[in-house]
Amino acid sequence: MSSATIAADSHADHDDHHGPAKGMKRWLFATNHKDIGTMYLVFSLAMFFVGGIMALVIRTELFAPGLQFIHPEFFNQMTTMHALIMVFGAVMPAFVGLANWMVPMMIGAPDMALPRMNNWSFWILPVAFSILASTLLMPGGAPASGWTMYPPLVLQTGDAFPFLIFSVHLLGISSIMGAINIIVTIINMRAPTMTLLAMPMFVWTWLITAYLLIAVMPVFAGAVTMLLTDRFFGTSFFLAAGGGDPVLFQHIFWFFGHPEVYIMILPAFGVVSEIIPTFSRKPLFGHDSMVYAAASIAFLSFIVWAHHMFTTGMPLTGQLFFMFTTMLIAVPTGVKIFNWIATMWRGAMSFETPMLFSLAFVFLFTIGGFSGLMLALVPADIQYHDSYFVVAHFHYVLVPGSVFTIMAGVYYWLPKWTGRMYDEKLGKVHFWLSTIFVNLTFFPMHFLGLAGMPRRIPDYSTQFADFNMYASIGAIGFGVSQLLFVYIIVQNVRGSGVTATAEVWEMPRGLEWTVPSPAPYHTFAEPPEVGGDKAFS
Amino acid sequence: MIRKIWFGVVALLAAGAASADLAVNMPKGVTELSAETYALHMEVFYWCCAIAFVVFGVMIYSLVKHRKAAGHKPANFTHSTTAEIVWTLIPVVILLIMAVPSAETLIKLEDSRKPDLTLVITAYQWKWHYDYKGEDVSFYSSLARTSADARRKGSGIDPFTVENYLLEVDNRVVLPKGAKVRVLVTSNDVIHAWWVPELAMKKDAIPGFMNEMWFRADVTGIYRGQCAELCGVDHGYMPIVVEIVEPEEYQSWLADQKADAS
Repeated sequence: MSSATIAADSHADHDDHHGPAKGMKRWLFATNHKDIGTMYLVFSLAMFFVGGIMALVIRTELFAPGLQFIHPEFFNQMTTMHALIMVFGAVMPAFVGLANWMVPMMIGAPDMALPRMNNWSFWILPVAFSILASTLLMPGGAPASGWTMYPPLVLQTGDAFPFLIFSVHLLGISSIMGAINIIVTIINMRAPTMTLLAMPMFVWTWLITAYLLIAVMPVFAGAVTMLLTDRFFGTSFFLAAGGGDPVLFQHIFWFFGHPEVYIMILPAFGVVSEIIPTFSRKPLFGHDSMVYAAASIAFLSFIVWAHHMFTTGMPLTGQLFFMFTTMLIAVPTGVKIFNWIATMWRGAMSFETPMLFSLAFVFLFTIGGFSGLMLALVPADIQYHDSYFVVAHFHYVLVPGSVFTIMAGVYYWLPKWTGRMYDEKLGKVHFWLSTIFVNLTFFPMHFLGLAGMPRRIPDYSTQFADFNMYASIGAIGFGVSQLLFVYIIVQNVRGSGVTATAEVWEMPRGLEWTVPSPAPYHTFAEPPEVGGDKAFS
Repeated sequence: MIRKIWFGVVALLAAGAASADLAVNMPKGVTELSAETYALHMEVFYWCCAIAFVVFGVMIYSLVKHRKAAGHKPANFTHSTTAEIVWTLIPVVILLIMAVPSAETLIKLEDSRKPDLTLVITAYQWKWHYDYKGEDVSFYSSLARTSADARRKGSGIDPFTVENYLLEVDNRVVLPKGAKVRVLVTSNDVIHAWWVPELAMKKDAIPGFMNEMWFRADVTGIYRGQCAELCGVDHGYMPIVVEIVEPEEYQSWLADQKADAS
């Protein structure tokens, strides 16, 4: 602790001749992990609104049966773009932004290991998404085959097709570079006294996530490249007429796609594992078993992919294998949930906004986990598959799952970033509005799916009208509530709110709380001393 | 305040559910396997409810009791090997209990041997083609005119006035009650999926592949479904209607079809 304070102090004067560059240069040529983290987070928030508006277009059309506002082709473009933007533009960059900001500070490193690559991996993103968004203006419109891009349908895409593939390649490059950077930083730049198992959970989950990214993004790139050559260079990887196999694409895609969904949830586990101990005033329960559980989930993610494909006609043994492995995921996931509850148990809890979002995460992610377990059972999955039940399931794990923890993380660390407390009252209002509307949006979708409504349809039979109306009201409410989130952040950044202490919260654990708030531009030029007793875990 | 909002939301949902007599659950269906699937679905649902009751119960108890505001002093424990073993083993046991019946049902689902008749389905963008194997009866089945007119943007037709909006076809599939029907499904263009919830059958129609499923309907009636795999712009407009009739009625329908064709 003392040496950390000294390290931070010695930085204060260092800052004078080594501060941020002025104007646009600071951002364009950014190599500072905090600046790049900020850019990632701002970009992700912008994409969250772009993708959100697309979701509202979808929900507005689905408010009542019959086509009122848009045509089916545009509806399909919206579902496709909404998913691509939310997955690759909002959720993933938000976690990379949190990692950029927090990982170096949590492990006592001065910066990310590869700062220039860090700059590049960020600046690829706006380019990639500009390319993707530009397809909306092209003849034939944006891609409309779903974010899963199943051939042969995706090969019917208009002029947008090569742009779609190219933007996916760029996103892959960005993710791989980001992942390499995080791995190298964590492995090489930890404070020398911090052992691997003493690392905070957020660092651990990101380390595992980064390995998943490196393992699967090239697979994804390969799959879409095969689509490209099928379309333009006369190959028939996925075309039955040429001896190819359309299902092969689905195997390759989901070999990427299933680890991908854990890429979006493991860092969320990390964020929650930081927040719940702080507001329970009690150390994280079972730190090591949490690490092993996260690693088990990551391993299992590689051998469950075909549970997305139970209706494609697999051999019985294949279906049994993927059913059993999928069910197995419930065990390490359960361990995580139980550990969080054991962390709260006999603590002294208080309910600031980050804690509220984390608690909602534990509740609602568990509900998403339950529907996940139901989906694992093949005979039942045959009924659920491609229905709104699946839409409900993955939105429960992604919105009150990943998105809520991103918000929790922002509220938790914002005082560290800006040096001022956010408006707690407004934060709580934001939380309650978000929680009520997210449930109003996605809970009725379970019923719709069970009653037989397929997903990705622009219009539906009249028996589905009521629940669709509730979902649409919820979606609009959720969307509008997020303006409050922006307002709270802008107010905070512009300088309102009481000054935060270095610790910000009551006795939080972690090196990030040993540096002043706001965190100086450069932190930990000299590595801090960390006790071997996991004082910081 | 918050509590009031919650009550409002719950009341709204309850009122809506009561007034519209909404379907909120999977249909039990009309085949042995659809009933088994339904039972499996309910069993895993009840397990989830039980787990939720215990887990959320403990969590809510903790949230109420172990608050700083209630003056609770934090404990400092971080491990309990016993607890960790228990909450690893209990889920494993529950999973095993669930795995056995689902594997049994799955094995039955895959056993399409010795069918009484075979129906070959070919999917097109955006209609179905049905071929009664060995019977020389085949036809296309598309969205019914009434729905097709109403579904256009700005048609001026209220969907609520259209009977079975988007779930009616021009030519229904007619099949006999009690017969084991093997369904072979493929596609002529992109991937589609043939799904009728009450028969508990969904299989992808994939170009170059011949997929297989089967059912034996025990109750006569009209059962509706839709294409379940995104297949392009009119994905939402290729419904499926299966009419299960008495075997004699099926035979006379078949004879009529053949007479019409010749």
